Amino acid sequence: MTATTAEASASARGAGGATVEFHRLYRRFGATVALDGLDLTARPGELLALLGPSGCGKTTALRMLAGFEHQDAGDVLVDGEDITRVPAHRRGAGMVFQSYSLFPHLTAAGNVAFGMRMRGAGKSERHRRAGELLDLVGLAGLADRYPHQMSGGQQQRVALARALALEPRVLLLDEPLSALDAKVRLTLREEIRRLQQELGITTLFVTHDQEEALSMADRVAVLRAGRLEQVAAPAELYARPATSFVAEFVGTMSRIPAVRTGNGAQVEVMGARLPVQGELPSYGELDALVRPEAVRVALDPRGGATVVAASFLGAITRVTVRLPDGTEVKADLPTETAAVLPPGSAVTLTLPERPVLVDHRVV
Amino acid sequence: MAALTPPAGTAAQPAREAAGRRHRPRLWRGVVGLIAALYFLGPLLSSLLFTVDVPGQGFTLGSYSGILGAAGFWSSLRLTLELAAATIAVTMLLLVPALIAVRLTAPRLRVLVEVLCSLPLVVPAVALTAGISSVLQWGPDDFADTPLFQTFNTVQNPGFPVVLLLAYVLMALPLAYRTLDAGLRALDLTTLVEAARNCGASWPRAVLQVVLPNLRGALLNTGFLTLALVLGEYTVASILGYQPFAVWIVSIGGSNAQMSVSVSVLSLVLTWVLLLLLAAAGRGRSARPPRGTRTSPAAPAPTLQEKS
Ligand SMILES: Nc1ncnc2c1ncn2[C@@H]1O[C@H](COP(=O)(O)OP(=O)(O)OP(=O)(O)O)[C@@H](O)[C@H]1O
Ligand SMILES: [Mg+2]
Repeated sequence: MTATTAEASASARGAGGATVEFHRLYRRFGATVALDGLDLTARPGELLALLGPSGCGKTTALRMLAGFEHQDAGDVLVDGEDITRVPAHRRGAGMVFQSYSLFPHLTAAGNVAFGMRMRGAGKSERHRRAGELLDLVGLAGLADRYPHQMSGGQQQRVALARALALEPRVLLLDEPLSALDAKVRLTLREEIRRLQQELGITTLFVTHDQEEALSMADRVAVLRAGRLEQVAAPAELYARPATSFVAEFVGTMSRIPAVRTGNGAQVEVMGARLPVQGELPSYGELDALVRPEAVRVALDPRGGATVVAASFLGAITRVTVRLPDGTEVKADLPTETAAVLPPGSAVTLTLPERPVLVDHRVV
Repeated sequence: MAALTPPAGTAAQPAREAAGRRHRPRLWRGVVGLIAALYFLGPLLSSLLFTVDVPGQGFTLGSYSGILGAAGFWSSLRLTLELAAATIAVTMLLLVPALIAVRLTAPRLRVLVEVLCSLPLVVPAVALTAGISSVLQWGPDDFADTPLFQTFNTVQNPGFPVVLLLAYVLMALPLAYRTLDAGLRALDLTTLVEAARNCGASWPRAVLQVVLPNLRGALLNTGFLTLALVLGEYTVASILGYQPFAVWIVSIGGSNAQMSVSVSVLSLVLTWVLLLLLAAAGRGRSARPPRGTRTSPAAPAPTLQEKS
């Protein structure tokens, strides 16, 4: 890193590290409930990903923090201070929008310097800072380009620099990468993460791409229909999802019919008795939720299950196995192992002796 | 080496064909341009000749110098320019904030605004004038001893007839609405304003420093159309009894054939010069290159990782 970028990051760091709390946020648009009592806290300096299906209220929550949307009930607190009455232009939250939002009449440098101009910084000061920040996001040579002369990835980098120029207490990223192609997305993902860690700014990152959330965030908050479903570190979320919604939304899950046995703390799945992780519903039919990497597959001419499909993913191959009752189960196998299990092979499936997640059966 | 050079015949043939294809549109363009030039410039040049070549006297600029000295020339010209400036100002002050506000806060009202702004199109100038003059007649009849009477007088002051300004604003409304709306439609207004406010700009600053600069083209076009409209307007002014430039031209033209033609030539040139001035004023404000045409020479090639 060059001296100027180090300087730039040092001066931005001074502003970072606020706590953000959403407290019982409620918001309706006509008949649509966008936020239904959202409770969520972002810790100082962390990158918190908001993950959830389309329409679950991620953008709405972010816009409330930025001051573009008002809540029907509840509070938004930054460092313990209620910011409901603070107008958008004094919130000190830097936002990168989902759509390209650069000012078309200004150059890259002009865009980055805009916020400083609004604060009355002098011309030479603005020029210097804009240069540093463009350097920081890897666009040192493009200061004089207009937005229409830049690629999508470059525009979003400028937008990021523009947000950082505000020395924001909170950085808000609303699917900043969704309009970009896969390769640029990967590079930029890593760069955002690196910058965020260097600057130590509390960052809320909205995405509906679970891979993006798991790979970048310190913690991931899974939202569903305007409520928080679970917030946890990526590994925790993956290994111990609190609800079946989280389990199925994060990573891949197969559903296998399960039956209550024993004193009510166990279920029988594919002939094996397994302890239950979390709560066991007290009524109704049940499914066990199983990750593909947990399933073992063995060639067995007398096994009732059949391999029906295989998709090559590089080092591993994901095979789909149909049980005698028609249930399809996905299993991840090393590619060499999968090679001896072509579609049509008769196999048996086994699950490890570990607690499984169960849920009401969906028809 | 020779093997690498393509056989002359095969390479030259398509090239010549392509050149031919490229030439034909250029030829047609020339023909169309010539016809248009004859159509527009022919009468203009004939008029010019007619005014400067007087039988018996030879070449003379007498009719033009006569105009400059003619009674009412300067006052009518001044009145027209004042009216044009005021009409442009009032139309924009009225429409720009309204259209921006509607787009940002009440998009459903857009249809209503569009209908309202288009209404003047369906009212002929004569009908509009008839309406205005009958309203103005209420002044002495019904309001003679009320404070409102003073207002009626002010509005009709021949030095600067506010009533004419109001009529022109009405007439300019449909044109102005359409050009401004097209300009606004090309912007993602909501995102721009939100981005500006996120950068610490208050509402007024967001509009002044982000929205308006991006509307420059539309504002300029609105100015053009309004200016052209006011410069050429005759019906309303003449019926209401005022004498802006267009009315003056007609009144002077009746008395002297040569002078009437030279006045038309002069007014054409005047309109043209004013439009050019307006364009220059708009362009000169910033050195921004026109959209998508050229790359700033200082900018290096895009970085490798962005090229994918
Ligand atoms: N201005 C608005 N007017 C009406 N309904 C709205 C408005 N903004 C959001 N909604 C509705 O509120 C719900 C939540 O919207 P929001 O934009 O927060 O979803 P999201 O989680 O960001 O989805 P996506 O991943 O598709 O961006 C949606 O059902 C949406 O239709
Ligand atoms: Mg969204």
